[in-house]
Amino acid sequence: MVNTPADLTAQQAIETAALKSDRFRLEREADWTQLEEIVTKMEKGKARRLSDEDVLALPTLYRTTLSSLSIARESSLDAGLIDYLEGLALRSYFLVYGTQTSFGRWLRGFFGGGWSRAIRDIKMDIWIALFVMIAGTLIGYVLVAGDSDWFYALVPGNFSDVRVPGASEAALRGTLFGAEKQDGLGVFAAFLFSNNAQVAILAFALGFAFAIPSILLLIHNMALLGAMLWVFAQRGLTAEFIGWLSIHGTTELFAILLAGAAGIHVGRSIAFPGAKSHLTAASDAGKRAALVMAGVVIMLICAGLLEGFARQLINDTGMRYLVGGSMLIFWLVYFFVFGRHRTEIRS
Amino acid sequence: MNSMATDPWIRRSSNPKLDRIMVSPEGVSLNISVAPFMLRVWAVLLDLFIISLISSVVSGICLFFVYLFLIGGIGKDSFSLTGPLSFFWIIWIISNFVLQNGYFIYFEIGDRAATWGKRAVGIRVVSRDGGRLTAEAIIARNILRTIELFIPLQFLQIGVDSVTEASITGWSAMIWVSIFAIFPLFNKDRLRCGDLIAGTWVIQNVKRNLGGVVAPSAEVIADPVNGKVTTRYEFSDEDLSVYGEYELQTLESVLRNGTDEALETVTNSICTKIGWEPGSGDERIFLEAYYTALRAKLERGMRFGKRRKDKFSDGI
Repeated sequence: MVNTPADLTAQQAIETAALKSDRFRLEREADWTQLEEIVTKMEKGKARRLSDEDVLALPTLYRTTLSSLSIARESSLDAGLIDYLEGLALRSYFLVYGTQTSFGRWLRGFFGGGWSRAIRDIKMDIWIALFVMIAGTLIGYVLVAGDSDWFYALVPGNFSDVRVPGASEAALRGTLFGAEKQDGLGVFAAFLFSNNAQVAILAFALGFAFAIPSILLLIHNMALLGAMLWVFAQRGLTAEFIGWLSIHGTTELFAILLAGAAGIHVGRSIAFPGAKSHLTAASDAGKRAALVMAGVVIMLICAGLLEGFARQLINDTGMRYLVGGSMLIFWLVYFFVFGRHRTEIRS
Repeated sequence: MNSMATDPWIRRSSNPKLDRIMVSPEGVSLNISVAPFMLRVWAVLLDLFIISLISSVVSGICLFFVYLFLIGGIGKDSFSLTGPLSFFWIIWIISNFVLQNGYFIYFEIGDRAATWGKRAVGIRVVSRDGGRLTAEAIIARNILRTIELFIPLQFLQIGVDSVTEASITGWSAMIWVSIFAIFPLFNKDRLRCGDLIAGTWVIQNVKRNLGGVVAPSAEVIADPVNGKVTTRYEFSDEDLSVYGEYELQTLESVLRNGTDEALETVTNSICTKIGWEPGSGDERIFLEAYYTALRAKLERGMRFGKRRKDKFSDGI
């Protein structure tokens, strides 16, 4: 400590020239300003206009700034300077550790194994969802078989124009093979896709509430199908109905199965996180489920096209089974066989 | 103020309840503030407005082309759902779907991890563990918007009708759905359901400019030619031991952006405290000299691991 006036002046001679911490700051200011310029440009989306030197300099400058921040926190009482460094370090941190995949690269990873892997990871939930869906169909079938009034409770009005209990075989056959107008199929396909995708997303999102609403939604939708199946079965059109359904149904129902399974997966990990914390379990499950859902949307695009075009254009039950069956085989092979080997090597 | 001297790197902000520390992969702790709920509401309202704006522009373009075709002498039937030009309907349906689901994802995957609404209010999405923000996380957090945002909105739209019917089902569904919408209010990190399953949170952006050196005139006094220092003010150790870091930083903010009156008030109170006779007209020079001397003393203490929080704590 300084005691005599003579000492004081000697001491101040150094300090007033600049405080030690101010000197520290003046020496490094240029680096910070350069980093700030790069960061500002990148934040404005002008990253492509950065020179190569700047791009290379970014990580180095970022680390320099971090170390400046650590030193400043321990040696400087200039609050304005520390605030500035905090802000700059955080901004550049986000750029250095930002989302660095381009959309194309992400897509390649997604189709080249990411999607199938995510689906294999939630296999358990797929079995649960499959069980729920089959149960739902049976419930619908059995309920309507017991008392055909159930049909009107299960099936919303706009579906049941002709397809009601007691309809004649000819009328029902007409809905399956009717020479429907073949214009406007595109609009129909687009509408079907957007509608189904919204339902699938809902089935997933509701999984957040411990999976129960997802399960109820699956049961309700499949009960509708079961009720419809009974109506056609009454007139001996079971095979034709399933053929009519399978051409797009193998894809669409599979997609809805996956969406429900993804919802159940998330709900299940929130309810029973196991050894992980609730938050970690939820976010791990959420990211896996997100991949599955991105795929569900793609499957529903296919389903919309099949339903909008192929179902109206192909009027032969055998052909319908062929298309529906091969779509199913395609998805199964892609999900459960493709990329399996590579995954195992990686893990 | 409390945390400043004990944990100097914890920032004091307007709402300390929302202050968090995130450790960078380099091991440096960074101060962040979680975005308050109202800020996020504003952001989402702005985004909804932008979405509806884009949607009406798309509809407008479609209608414009339809109009051109009509002028060109094509019959009205071509535009029905089954007509050859129904292609505009397809564009309309698909673009609405893409807008509703893709808008948020597209912007949050970008470098700034924020939609236009979020940018406008100055917030962004961040991975909660301090790591990279992945595309999966962004997709996950935005898919849940269906139950958090769009379905409650639909309920609001049809709510008016269902209220008149006063059905119990309608009401209970509405309450159930609104729980998702106000979920962020129920946890301290303001996580929405989507944030929860994506491992993200939304924080406030920081952008501060580098201010000048606080007390530049201290340099002017030191004469560079003969190396002699002609300080107008010299402070004894006692003069400097009345204040701590908190007062120093208050003084800093006065020097950085205080008015002349504030300078005068502060000069008077410092002079009273150390028993000096306050002069007038020279406040800035006096305060800068005092600031520099006080900071030098406190920083010297800091280098030896001694810190003084404020004037009430023990001297160093």
